Amino acid sequence: MTLKGWREIPIGGLIIDAGNSKEYETGSWRIKRPVVDMDRCSHCLICWVYCPDSAILVEDTRFAGIDLVYCKGCGICASECPRKAITMVDEAQARKGDHDDHQD
Amino acid sequence: MTTRTEYVKGTPVALDGDRAVAEAMRQVNPDVVAAYPITPQTEIVQRFSEFVANGEVDTEFIAVESEHAAMSACIGASAAGGRAQTATAGAGLALMWEVTWVAAGTRLPIVMHVVNRSLSAPLNILCDHSDSMGVRDAGWIQLYAETIQEAYDDAIQAVRIAEHPDVMLPTMHTLDGFVLGHSLERIEVLPDEVVRGFIGTYNPRYSLLDVDHPVTFGPNDYHDYFFEHRRQQIEGMERALDVIPQIGEEFGALTGRRYGLVEGYQLDDADFAIVALGSINGTVKVVVDELRRQDRKVGLLKVRSFRPFPADKVAQALGGKRAIAVLDRSFSFGAQAHPLFLEVLTALYTHGFTPGMANYVFGLGGRDTLPWQIRQVYDDLAELEGVVSAPVRYLTVRE
Amino acid sequence: MEKLLEIRWHGRGGQGVVTASELLAETALEDGGYFQAFPDYGSERMGAPIRAYTRISSSPIRQHCQISEPDAVVVFDSTLIGVVDFTEGLKDGGALVINTTLPPDEVRRRLGLGHGRVYTVDATSIALSTMKRNIPNTPMLGALLRAIDVVKKDDLIKVITERMGGRMSKEMVKANIEAMEQAFNETREDRI
Repeated sequence: MTLKGWREIPIGGLIIDAGNSKEYETGSWRIKRPVVDMDRCSHCLICWVYCPDSAILVEDTRFAGIDLVYCKGCGICASECPRKAITMVDEAQARKGDHDDHQD
Repeated sequence: MTTRTEYVKGTPVALDGDRAVAEAMRQVNPDVVAAYPITPQTEIVQRFSEFVANGEVDTEFIAVESEHAAMSACIGASAAGGRAQTATAGAGLALMWEVTWVAAGTRLPIVMHVVNRSLSAPLNILCDHSDSMGVRDAGWIQLYAETIQEAYDDAIQAVRIAEHPDVMLPTMHTLDGFVLGHSLERIEVLPDEVVRGFIGTYNPRYSLLDVDHPVTFGPNDYHDYFFEHRRQQIEGMERALDVIPQIGEEFGALTGRRYGLVEGYQLDDADFAIVALGSINGTVKVVVDELRRQDRKVGLLKVRSFRPFPADKVAQALGGKRAIAVLDRSFSFGAQAHPLFLEVLTALYTHGFTPGMANYVFGLGGRDTLPWQIRQVYDDLAELEGVVSAPVRYLTVRE
Repeated sequence: MEKLLEIRWHGRGGQGVVTASELLAETALEDGGYFQAFPDYGSERMGAPIRAYTRISSSPIRQHCQISEPDAVVVFDSTLIGVVDFTEGLKDGGALVINTTLPPDEVRRRLGLGHGRVYTVDATSIALSTMKRNIPNTPMLGALLRAIDVVKKDDLIKVITERMGGRMSKEMVKANIEAMEQAFNETREDRI
């Protein structure tokens, strides 16, 4: 990425592009990954309320998955889930699974 | 004190420095004032609170729990797009220190009225410039007043300087505690509408309350951009060198009182000059007049703007003088010499001048400085030749 | 008045010393004059010896320093004799105005003052009889006007009325003016 010179940036460290945190893909920080047991999920969306990174995907008011581009793996969703439907698993293991899935 | 609700242009009134500043604040009618009372600034806050209580201003007055909170509240109010002001002195300014940097780094045009007071210990409530010199590197514009009239005029001009789009830096103007703050002098207070016309309305480019254009204030800023943001602040300071006199001229056209970065007094043909900040300039002028009557070629350079420091103007005014005494009303322990002296010396050296120079520390903790002591400084200068190896002297200190 | 007049005030916290210094300064404005009035105190309170200063001139006053060679010294409290060196620097021909029951020549003798003019007035009794309070500042202003030609008495009455009127009853303002007039009339003088 080319960094800008001092004449090209807003003064005072201000960030004037609203919503630009989308460009910051915090999913790369993750060492634990939430895995959801859909048999236990009641779609209460408590996880959506608590997620600090807006990484809980929702469709038609129902839980629809986790956005792994932004999920940092903090585990708050797993801790708050009233039905204990979310388990935090080792990210390296989970990735291996992704790889195996891909091969299938 | 007689409070006149209607001021008439050209009709002088009697006001002390604190009340004159409070009047300027009333006329500016800031959106937010957050302040904590401290001697010798107390009367500013007290008086302004009365204006708030009486409905004479629309200001949201926040009676904060400390000066750190006062500046923090001003930062929030200014980021929200309001005109924010505070006033402090001495230890209050020291407690504010951390957040003065935040105000400047975030480029918030806050105006602060500083009534100069020494820093403890030993405990002292009287005037020196240790408080404002303690924040000289924080990124604030600093104007120093010689008289109560100047303090009032600076309080108004500070709003325009701070908010100028080329500058966008917080601005403090100072008046010497007690010497000006608690002294009654004859001054002209402008009619309210003249002040309001002069300052206009503040239209911030960015504001936290502008929900259609959301902005983030105060994010993390590391090795990739922090330095660039500092470079921008430096640019703001440099541009203030043009903006301060420009606004001073505009103010002069309105009032007959023109302001620049520095003011020379009997300087053009002078061989020997004194350089100073603040109320001592008046005493020096009296001595200059007296010595001029004896045909001694002496003059004075009053520095109004210490930050930004007008090096070109100072060198232009002092270049070619035989000897120069710089008066400092503050002290930097362990330094080779003191703040104003080092600025003047650097300005002269970088412009190719090497006159004899001496640095007089004076007036610490409210020590009075009398005309005969200033005469002594001019007498010393006449003896001074070339560069001095130990330039610091202490005026009035007992051995 | 062409030249600069410098007045030094001595009293104790609570006696209205600073107010007197300011009232005199403000009165100069009525005549288009220039002035300064400023106190010299730290964090002292009621009863502590304090000083204040007034400068009055027909031209702008520039110096910002205390007054070391006053044209007049006003002393609000004779108990300061021996406590404060209030005659220090008093100019030749300058006036010492003091609140005391003693006659002026006796004050001069006790102070060993070999120069200047001495004026005495029992400002405390005057304050107590007119205002029922021991705040001798307006009587001391009356006494000062007897000693030096500094401002017009009518202008002073106007300023006392305006300034004190804001925070005192009409009766109290009237009593202050009476006290000032009475002191002006009763002030005694000793010249060498």
